[in-house]
Amino acid sequence: MASPDHDHWLARPNTISLLWAIFGVILTTVVLADFLVEHHPLFGLDGTFGFAAWYGFASCIALVLFAKALGALLKRLDTYYND
Amino acid sequence: MTSLAAPPGFVLILGALLLPFAKGRLRSGVLLALPLVTLWLVTQVPDGEILKVSFLGFELVPLRADKLSRLFAFVFALMAFVGGLFALRQARTTELAAAFAYAGSAIGVALAGDLISVFIFWEMMAIGSTLVIWCGSPSARGAGLRYAAIHLFGGVLLMAGIAGEIAASGTTTFSKLDVSTLPRWLILAGFLINTGAPPLSAWLPDAYPEASWSGMVFLSAFTTKAAVYVLLRGFPGVELLIWVGLFMVFYGIVYAILENDMRRILAYSIVNQVGFMVAGIGIGTEMALNGAAAHAFTHIIYKALLLMSAGSVLFMTGRRKCTDLGGLFRTMPLTTLCGIVGALSISSFPLTSGFISKSMIAEGAAEQHLALVWFLLAAASAGVFLHAGIKFPWFVFFHRDSGLRPAEPPINMRLAMLLFSALCISLGMAPGTLYAALPYPVAYVPYTASHVVSQLQLLLFSGLAFFLMLGWLKRTLTITLDTDWLWRRLGPAVLSRLDRGADAAWSTLTAGVLFVAGTLNNSLHRHHGPDGVLGRTWPTGTMALWATLMLCAYLVLSYVGGPLR
Repeated sequence: MASPDHDHWLARPNTISLLWAIFGVILTTVVLADFLVEHHPLFGLDGTFGFAAWYGFASCIALVLFAKALGALLKRLDTYYND
Repeated sequence: MTSLAAPPGFVLILGALLLPFAKGRLRSGVLLALPLVTLWLVTQVPDGEILKVSFLGFELVPLRADKLSRLFAFVFALMAFVGGLFALRQARTTELAAAFAYAGSAIGVALAGDLISVFIFWEMMAIGSTLVIWCGSPSARGAGLRYAAIHLFGGVLLMAGIAGEIAASGTTTFSKLDVSTLPRWLILAGFLINTGAPPLSAWLPDAYPEASWSGMVFLSAFTTKAAVYVLLRGFPGVELLIWVGLFMVFYGIVYAILENDMRRILAYSIVNQVGFMVAGIGIGTEMALNGAAAHAFTHIIYKALLLMSAGSVLFMTGRRKCTDLGGLFRTMPLTTLCGIVGALSISSFPLTSGFISKSMIAEGAAEQHLALVWFLLAAASAGVFLHAGIKFPWFVFFHRDSGLRPAEPPINMRLAMLLFSALCISLGMAPGTLYAALPYPVAYVPYTASHVVSQLQLLLFSGLAFFLMLGWLKRTLTITLDTDWLWRRLGPAVLSRLDRGADAAWSTLTAGVLFVAGTLNNSLHRHHGPDGVLGRTWPTGTMALWATLMLCAYLVLSYVGGPLR
């Protein structure tokens, strides 16, 4: 394994910081795009500003939390069925 | 148009029987030629009932076509071709022969015009797919048996339903069936088992990942999508399917989030994606049914692409757990890229095939003002990006440096991945051809500013959520229990307990019987044996003595008693 600074350019800390910065700019842009784009909300809630952004984010948090809770009950070592 | 004498699927089924006799280059040639011939034949099938056969007094229609059946038959044949290209180096010809018979049977289901033909091809699919699984890892034997048991059970339900349906209606024709009678419910249940619907969804992530690196590519395409086809044909607009579909969608996401094996992640995501299709069939409008059909078409392609990239990793490294993988982009850039194209497509990213197909299902829900369904489908779309769109490529190709430096897979595997990557992107950029092939006229425009911006917001913020929660998503050497626990653990435990209980009861019973018999025997022996009181011979003197005593007693009694006086 190479040291982080001499690894593949994509794995270097500088690149990763740069990627986060670009990601931040893109995220901001797609939310701000709501000012320019006319949506056609059908159910009320989907007409809120940046709906898809916050709804997608919240859905993922909820799904992961639910999965963690279910995992606490149902997770077993992956050799469970082998013995 | 040529008039066909036999269903196109027979080319693959009969070809599969000849495959074991072809060696070397000939085998490669046959592997590529058979699906291409089939593909051509499928495009040549005209509309209507083409072939009719009389069998046991029933009129069978093994070849009937319309737009819906041709769409599925086409993508099944295409899948057999690219799957064959990917699997050229699979040493086990048995697996390839089984996979081709399986693919041919799926085409048979899509082009069957009557319920009996559907059933026959349906069961042939079960046999072919079980053989494909058995050609996999050493643990595939048990998994294949469990798979076969579930599918034969589904086949029994289907057979009972079909028999009841034919007895009631007097016709074998396979067309729309409303769920008004018990036989139709049985048919629906038989179909649903193959989609991976609850409560038996576990058969899919249990069995498919045990297949070989090439086997799972074939498995991902046919069984579940043939089931989607028969539901589209037989049960459009059955409301129950909306809820069954939504359950499958979230089941797939939640279990995939917890999973460590890269191919099991993709197996759960098959259930998830088929859930979208089942929900679309339940919504039942032309928009939603078109969406379900289009999504089945695009799904076969991008899911095969994802599994080919996972199969390439397995082929080159022999590993399948996320905890063993990571950082492979360094030496497998092309496989990584193709995996990402598949991941973006499954997530319905704009300019990929998933975007133009899945959105029609959500649009169908919106048109019908099914608010709850629409919101749940949107949440599920975010979840797809989370569990398959990012999780799979991230943990396999990036994440951390596992130290593994595998080369890219052989040229044929790369070509197969490139072909399907190109299809994912071209379908996404120019959906017109696919839309024209859908069963109903399409008036849907996927690329509106509003739709593109909303979808980008949904997916990119799901991506943000993934990276912010990365600590919680850390992979562990675990599996998550599912309903298959009932027949893998509880069932055997109950049986062995019953067995032990029966053993104990039996030994108590036999011990008791032996004791009673022994006691009886001893007592008989004591009284009636050679030395027993009642068994031994008595001396004559004793006899005479006893007779004298008896006579004396009689004499005394006769003097004492009145009547003789």
